[in-house]
Amino acid sequence: MTTARAIALNVEQVAVRFGGLVALSEMNFTVGEGEIVSLIGPNGAGKTTAFNVMTGFLDPAHGRVSYRGTALNGLKPHQIADLGLIRTFQRTSVFPNDTVYDNLLIGLHRQGRVGLFEAILGLPRARASERRLRERAAELVEWVGLERRAYDPAGSLSYGEQRLVGVALALAAEPSMLLLDEPVSGMNASETHTFVELIRNIRDRGVTILLVEHDMPMVMSVSDRIVVLNYGRIIAEGPPEAIRNDPDVIEAYLGQGAARA
Amino acid sequence: MRAAITILTLAAFASVPLWLRDPYLLNALITTGIFMIAAMSLNLLLGFTGQLSLGHIAFFGIGAYVSALTSLGFDIGLPGGFRLVHEPWPPIVGFVLAILVAGLCGYFVGLLSFRVRGAYFVIVTISFAEVVRLVALNWVELTQGPLALTNIPSITIGLPGLGELTLRTKFHNYYLVLAVAAVAYLLISRLVHSHFGRAMRGLMENETLAVSVGIDVTRTLTLAAVISAAIAGAAGSLYAHYIRIIDPEVFAFINTVTMVIMVISGGKGSLAGPVVGGLIFGLLPVMLRPIMAPEAQWIAYGGVLIVILFVLPRGIVPSLAQRFAKRKRKAAVVAVTPVAFSERAKEPA
Repeated sequence: MTTARAIALNVEQVAVRFGGLVALSEMNFTVGEGEIVSLIGPNGAGKTTAFNVMTGFLDPAHGRVSYRGTALNGLKPHQIADLGLIRTFQRTSVFPNDTVYDNLLIGLHRQGRVGLFEAILGLPRARASERRLRERAAELVEWVGLERRAYDPAGSLSYGEQRLVGVALALAAEPSMLLLDEPVSGMNASETHTFVELIRNIRDRGVTILLVEHDMPMVMSVSDRIVVLNYGRIIAEGPPEAIRNDPDVIEAYLGQGAARA
Repeated sequence: MRAAITILTLAAFASVPLWLRDPYLLNALITTGIFMIAAMSLNLLLGFTGQLSLGHIAFFGIGAYVSALTSLGFDIGLPGGFRLVHEPWPPIVGFVLAILVAGLCGYFVGLLSFRVRGAYFVIVTISFAEVVRLVALNWVELTQGPLALTNIPSITIGLPGLGELTLRTKFHNYYLVLAVAAVAYLLISRLVHSHFGRAMRGLMENETLAVSVGIDVTRTLTLAAVISAAIAGAAGSLYAHYIRIIDPEVFAFINTVTMVIMVISGGKGSLAGPVVGGLIFGLLPVMLRPIMAPEAQWIAYGGVLIVILFVLPRGIVPSLAQRFAKRKRKAAVVAVTPVAFSERAKEPA
């Protein structure tokens, strides 16, 4: 509490191996409450692996991850989601056969828990809960600007639109921290611009954000702090300005990007 | 609109015994109805969670045996020289116990197999049905084995103001089956439209995404298995008290196959699917019997199945609903389609 921000997510000494391949080694970093942190690095640097460890999809060989003081080791993904730590995915971002609106209703699972008998008997509490969920789903559809597509199957949407549904789904789960895995890949410049506004908006609601992304201008403009991974190791960490000028980073990763900038 | 169709269908079914005088056909309708309830329960698992139970008849048969034994009573020896004696209880208690015991079996089978799922679930359910069949066949002291349990009493219900009514006739049993089917339909409908049902659909469509928004896989699938097994148990109990004789052949694999055919042909994942599929494949053998030689009947049965799946591959109800919706939307869609295509073109392959 002596520092500017309380620590939300704490990653300590995390290592992951796939057979002989070291995907992550000795990973240490923290994310403060209300901060936007980006995790960058070349393809295969271990970014998605790190995400999978933090959200319980993968058990680390050693090391520990804790969120708001709760150790996440051994918890199942849905239990971690219950702590308010919600992620999006690079590829699989929607329930393809359901409408956008129904997607969000599924995403609102954490808000809609009523007893089985209440639901089956259609008791007032279950009906009221259902009404609230429907209102909330409509709000979320509006918030990501997909009203026109609300009743289309999510699988029929464009790639960029599906990413938006993915984010809306994550938000439906009421995260206190959001992990976004390459959210703007496949988006055009104007879609990316809108998305950056969306991320700032989410943060202003008090949600902590950890971002994995390849789009350097986007990362530089949105992040409070950047963590750079290469071959499973953290090679640099700091505010965007420092990262932009770090010689190790330029050599490992930003070479072309820095030259262009 | 949907509610109107449901009420009209229910009214049509309810009117049948008033004008149908043929007891043979009425009997066929009652057994079809019982299997339709079982098919509905299978659809809850197969259509809404994507898990195929190829031993579903086990829950049906367990319901039948539990209900029959509760109402007949039994006297068996236990290890250590003890005897377990059960005096007959009213069949309606058997009906309730059938639901509870079948549901409990669904819980254990679900808990055992949903950690791995898919093909493992199929195998565990098949083995479970086979084990239960062997128990029913060989525990002669309890089940009479191949000699069958006979003289199972009919269900007696207490009606307010009318006293007790024993449901002995086909007329009575038809309405009993119709009532249970309606309740099962309503229950499944409420369930799949609640957040439990949405959790099931989410898991079926994209499990990784579903767990990431906080859906508990084991809990959701086990719940579906319990309710599905309990409904199948209820159907089994109705069967035992209507037919009034059961033997281990009730567990035959062909009975599960019949249920699967009813669900797939009618449309898995559609509430009305098992009703439509159940009617067709429950009554088809009865309809074919007077007009064909026995060997030709089964060829015709298979032929009808192939034609349905060829013409309406997603099952009768979903395929027809889709065509109907398409025709209705066609005019409106013309203006929108070019946009949709240009947007799709942007997607990477």
